[in-house]
Amino acid sequence: MRIEVNGTPRDITATTLADALAELGWADARVATALNGDFVPSSARAGQALRDGDRLEVLAPMQGG
Amino acid sequence: MRDFYGVTLPNALMLGTAQYPSPAVLADAFRESRAGVATVSLRREAGQGQAFWSLIRDLGVRVLPNTAGCHSAREAVTTARMARELFQTDWIKLEVIGHTDTLQPDPFGLLEAATVLCAEGFQVFPYTTEDQVLAARLLDAGCRVLMPWGAPIGSGLGLNNRHGLRMLRAAFPDVPMVIDAGLGLPSHAADAMEMGFDAVLLNSAVAQAGDPVAMARAFALAVQAGALARDADPMGVRDMGVPSTPLIGKAWL
Repeated sequence: MRIEVNGTPRDITATTLADALAELGWADARVATALNGDFVPSSARAGQALRDGDRLEVLAPMQGG
Repeated sequence: MRDFYGVTLPNALMLGTAQYPSPAVLADAFRESRAGVATVSLRREAGQGQAFWSLIRDLGVRVLPNTAGCHSAREAVTTARMARELFQTDWIKLEVIGHTDTLQPDPFGLLEAATVLCAEGFQVFPYTTEDQVLAARLLDAGCRVLMPWGAPIGSGLGLNNRHGLRMLRAAFPDVPMVIDAGLGLPSHAADAMEMGFDAVLLNSAVAQAGDPVAMARAFALAVQAGALARDADPMGVRDMGVPSTPLIGKAWL
């Protein structure tokens, strides 16, 4: 299916958020996730199904003021 | 010094982590500033996030994540929830921006987001104006700290409305307050501390200086001097001159 990851269209085979993160190379990364604008805690990623057209945000620590 | 949600800081400086010429300069500036708090943000992971996190962890200071760039309560609330998981802290510097040019807080969005986050157990540091009515509403919502702006973010103008800030300080004498944003010079920071504010939060003034490390030290000294002066009970101001040298015993020449 095709989802949008951080604003970029990506074709993935994973059907859950946890599997998608692994497929995208963020299996062990320190990241926080939001799906279609809502926060998804890391504990809920394995049970979070993905659907075609979903918008996934994967955020990491960054510089800030 | 008033504490921040039960945390007493080693000194009254909070420092941002953005815009430094290099990670090494950032680390050196932090050491010289003796800041006890580092502000950080969340952005889309593009490969640098993991290295940045290990740099921040090595600073050994408390982390204050922000919701910078959020223009709605919904965005800010979601960002705060993500920040809590990512940084493992209930602290959140809540920014809901209302105007793109001035980066002035949106008071309505700010209050809405603060209400939701306080109810969820966040310890909210709201980036606000010097407006007393808004301050009271934020306190009612559960905020135990206020962060009034000195001037627009990144402007370096200092304390734009000293009267308003003084009134705010006097209106809520028990509330810990941090002057956040707009400071450009150490004298601005000393001024804020002399006025009775509990800390200052800055970023650009240090990071954009020609020598960020030296400027960090200058701010550390200024904050210390301002706090010392406030505790020393400054003299009153007079309109007319009053001689300090005794007149008695002056020679008749």
